[in-house]
Amino acid sequence: MTVLTSQAAMTAGDAGHPLDPELREGRIPHIWCPGCGIGSVMQAFLEAVDTFQLERNRLAVVSGIGCTGRVAGYLKADSFHTTHGRPIPFATGLKLARPELHVNVLSGDGDLAAIGGNHLIHAARRNIDLNVVCINNFNYGMTGGQVGPTTPLGAKTTTSPFGCHEHPFNLVDLVASCGAVYVARWLSMDVRRLRRSIEESFSKTGFTFIEVLAPCPVNFGRRNQLDEAAQGRMLVERSEIRNGADTREVAIPDEGPIVCGKFVDHERPSYLQLLEGLRARLQEHST
Amino acid sequence: MYDRVLSGIHFMSGNIACAEGAIAAGCRFFAGYPITPSSEIAERLAARLPAVGGTFIQMEDELASSIAIAGASWGGLKSMTATSGPGFSLMQEHIGYAFMTETPVVLVDIQRGGPSTGLPTLVGQGDMMQARWGSHGDYEMIALCPASPQELFDFTLRAFNLAERFRTPVLVMSDEVVGHMVERVEIPTAEALEIVERHQPPSPPEELTLPYHTDEVNRIPPMAPAGEGYRVNMTGLTHDERGYPTMNAEGQDRLVRRLVGKIRQHADELELCVEDGIEDADVVVIAYGITARVSQGAVRRAREAGLKVGLLRLQVAWPFPDARIARLAESARALLVPEINLGQLVREVERAAHGATRVVAVSHAGGHYPAADTILAAIEEVNK
Ligand code: SF4
Repeated sequence: MTVLTSQAAMTAGDAGHPLDPELREGRIPHIWCPGCGIGSVMQAFLEAVDTFQLERNRLAVVSGIGCTGRVAGYLKADSFHTTHGRPIPFATGLKLARPELHVNVLSGDGDLAAIGGNHLIHAARRNIDLNVVCINNFNYGMTGGQVGPTTPLGAKTTTSPFGCHEHPFNLVDLVASCGAVYVARWLSMDVRRLRRSIEESFSKTGFTFIEVLAPCPVNFGRRNQLDEAAQGRMLVERSEIRNGADTREVAIPDEGPIVCGKFVDHERPSYLQLLEGLRARLQEHST
Repeated sequence: MYDRVLSGIHFMSGNIACAEGAIAAGCRFFAGYPITPSSEIAERLAARLPAVGGTFIQMEDELASSIAIAGASWGGLKSMTATSGPGFSLMQEHIGYAFMTETPVVLVDIQRGGPSTGLPTLVGQGDMMQARWGSHGDYEMIALCPASPQELFDFTLRAFNLAERFRTPVLVMSDEVVGHMVERVEIPTAEALEIVERHQPPSPPEELTLPYHTDEVNRIPPMAPAGEGYRVNMTGLTHDERGYPTMNAEGQDRLVRRLVGKIRQHADELELCVEDGIEDADVVVIAYGITARVSQGAVRRAREAGLKVGLLRLQVAWPFPDARIARLAESARALLVPEINLGQLVREVERAAHGATRVVAVSHAGGHYPAADTILAAIEEVNK
């Protein structure tokens, strides 16, 4: 697989980045480390917003706490930086109050799957109308590289100094089994597929979940003989695209292929659709 | 099913009156998690909200409930949750969050016996201090404490008005007995209700560059909802007038002082209490909620026995009425503080009294409210 650079980024000259108008003035430089995967996910997201021609006044982005949690604040959207683990319930309230908004959650694996794990599974079960992008960097980056719910067995982190001895989550399977209508996994470097996938998720009605595997050279890579570009290279080399694969079979293995692709894309009444149904029934009843 | 405002005279429980107060105030979003003894509020709103165009959602826990209401508030809806002790403990993080992000929300705490699971079905008043200090960092809480179903209606409505006016979380701090007590409740007509609506930015989106800039007097910024082009920028991080994170001591001091100040400077106006014969009283009983109601009977009997006893019933516990208590401490020989915990309100009274008079606690760890006899005996004791 080749590392893809977006068209927009390639045509950027000294005049600044073509996506600059999508960012809040004076917020760049961002806080992310060199070689971090989060920036390219943000870029893919903004390009998807652009190509999908999403009306900017209807774009809301909600993040939790952590390295990825900073995404919301950079974007010139209605942006909400919430508490640790709670972007999904915040987004739930926002979406139910303003169904016409396009509410996205961009947050990290620790935020969404550890401290916020309960909200993640219930949001998928409800099929609440939210688009979630979960950036999985395999550890807690912001706090200095601690073990997380996605840390591979044996990996060294600051709180697993002898190697992680817990099994990690298979996030896509977790969310698929709870009832999400769209589930995919991509690498942060695969900006083109990621952008298309985000775009596709915009067109779905219900709960969508895209896991993005992202290198964290500074905290995860450094402690696991994956310095600088090595972790990204490892991910690219090991990744294999298998659209439609059974999510039960795509747990990220200690060795061998890391399966990416679109795994789930089906229809199921969304929370808002069911709520509308309830309202219609009540209306009928009262007239 | 019913009208938006259930105008008329009813016989209803405190919890139902609370739900009706919310609807009358314009609450159109409720997120909650079942917990005794507050669940009737959620049940009532589950039935009522869809019929008035509102949304009810039962969340997966109290953490989710307490931040879903913040999300809905930024979506432009008046929003509320209701809970009791253990759930209230879980909500503390989002009380701080709503305070820091200036999100108007209403929380209702129907107090039960604690700590921990404690006494799910029986009364307590042990959340007095948690209501004020439960979240981390410096903040101010507005806590209204009703003593009857009528006040649960009135104060819930008032809580929404205050939340919108001050852009802050407001607590209705009731208890199991008042929540479950069934009494006459008079609900005014919709036209007779005083409703405060959110202060929206006067300038169009392109001109609103400093969304958290305030005037020097009220120090409350207007609030733009999501979805109207304002590119709302909101964070629980310390932030400047643009809403951008400011990770330094000056920015922190400036922001937190403004947030705390916007409540503190209005403390006098927020104060609400009922005074009963305190002017020339030797002993003044200070209480709120169900304990204040029981105290009324004890005070009456003490007066019948010829004692000079008064009652100060707090209707707003936080901000605490420091100056009023200080004045009382100058005139009364003793202040008597009955409460259903082992000494929380009494500490505040002691603090405000500055040692000017005797402050005596009448405490019980919870499960029942103090008997009028107990309070009467304490009055007689301090009067000796
Ligand atoms: S710590 Fe890791 S995830 Fe966080 S910004 Fe640095 S590289 Fe990225």
